[in-house]
Amino acid sequence: MTVALHLAPAAGGPVIPNFGGASNCVVQNHQFCMSWFTHNFNSVFKPALIQHIELTAIAVGCGMAIAFAAAIFAYKQSWFGTPFSLLSAFLYTIPSLALFELLVQVTGINRFTAEIGLVSYTLLILFRNTLTGLQGVPPAVIEASRAMGYTPRQTLFRVEIPLATPAIMAGVRIATVTTISLATVAAYIGAGGLGKLIFDAIQSGFKTEFVAAGAMAIALAIIADILLVLIQRAITPWSRHRVQTF
Amino acid sequence: MRSSDPLTFFFNNLSLFESKVIAHLELSFAAVGVAILIAIPLGAWLGHIHRGSFLAISVSNIGRALPSLAVIAIGIGILGIGFLNTMVALVILAGPVILTNIYVAVAEVDPDAVQAARAMGMTPLVVLWRVELPLAMPLIFAGVRTATVYVVATATLATFAGGGGLGDIIVNEPTYGTAGVIAGSLMITVLAFAVDGLLAIVQNRITPYPLRKQGRQAKVEPLANAAAWQAPGNR
Repeated sequence: MTVALHLAPAAGGPVIPNFGGASNCVVQNHQFCMSWFTHNFNSVFKPALIQHIELTAIAVGCGMAIAFAAAIFAYKQSWFGTPFSLLSAFLYTIPSLALFELLVQVTGINRFTAEIGLVSYTLLILFRNTLTGLQGVPPAVIEASRAMGYTPRQTLFRVEIPLATPAIMAGVRIATVTTISLATVAAYIGAGGLGKLIFDAIQSGFKTEFVAAGAMAIALAIIADILLVLIQRAITPWSRHRVQTF
Repeated sequence: MRSSDPLTFFFNNLSLFESKVIAHLELSFAAVGVAILIAIPLGAWLGHIHRGSFLAISVSNIGRALPSLAVIAIGIGILGIGFLNTMVALVILAGPVILTNIYVAVAEVDPDAVQAARAMGMTPLVVLWRVELPLAMPLIFAGVRTATVYVVATATLATFAGGGGLGDIIVNEPTYGTAGVIAGSLMITVLAFAVDGLLAIVQNRITPYPLRKQGRQAKVEPLANAAAWQAPGNR
């Protein structure tokens, strides 16, 4: 198998273990060498983990800014909903490696290209969930807020958006775990993060690195998912009952 | 082998694309097939007895959270390189989507319809087969369709684990050149859309006629799945 990796030249130091002075476990390439993992955690795994979180946070943040604005516009101007939805669904269906490779032809091998790809994958879920949340606000509540003298803007910010928060947060949650997953693939075009360790391991064949980087990416996704559920419950205490009864 | 533009590359290498597309689809359909064999009976039964919602929903939440490349990477570490590793990884990624959809679909069949069937003397298995499954069909198939498109897209990563498929062209720039990489990327994109479109037609065909309108609604399946995924553990 020929694997061609374009890795950014300055992305991280050597991560292939020194086979000369390495432990027996590493020399024989066992499935997982705990001592190598703990010994190299601070130099190899921790920076990659932080980089991975940065990549995800930037992508979800930018995606949210775009999708939120688009959803509010579509909520006010109903013609806008379908075309934006179709566009984001189109982007969402493109396989990740293919999208990254196509973007590389335009913007080159770097983190910016990776972020463009990652942001485009968040749009569908964030847009649809935000719009569905806004459309799900009961008309009676909106009327009541008007009757109390709220301007349309005040209704939007004090009534409609808060009531749409559970749906929006559910979207943020799915978008975040999806981005954590796709960010590992983005390492192929020099985004760094935990995916870079996986691609390093593909070149070196070092099993401990495969298993450790893979497990850390999975753990990161699951922990992020749980944290976002807790945040969602904390900021929307009123929705707990309703969501549980479905 | 090398060409200056993707279209020329494509037409100069038709047999290469043919073999890679076939390998790609073989891997994808094998994985979806195994996932269906596991998830459909389990999900249908759990939905029928209205038990195990915690299992069905949280398996899906965790399944959704699993980064595909990470699952493949751990698979390489444990199972080694090859077809088997990638297939196992793809089954793990596809199974939860199918399971949750069939669970929700069967569990949420109109209780009145189920009661009427019981009153007519149908046994539980007949109720499941003749009433619950047909009524649940649009959502079940939406799950299979989402999972299949996801697997076809993710199978591109199989190349890193020696699983073959179109990914082999996309990651092999030294052999196929930039034109080849672009052509491969476009091919896999077209393939994903083609599979999605074909399954949409099949979905419409296998939906019982009175439900076809609902079948069309199920086209917004990422949202339908989002609704299933966003539901927290105990419902």
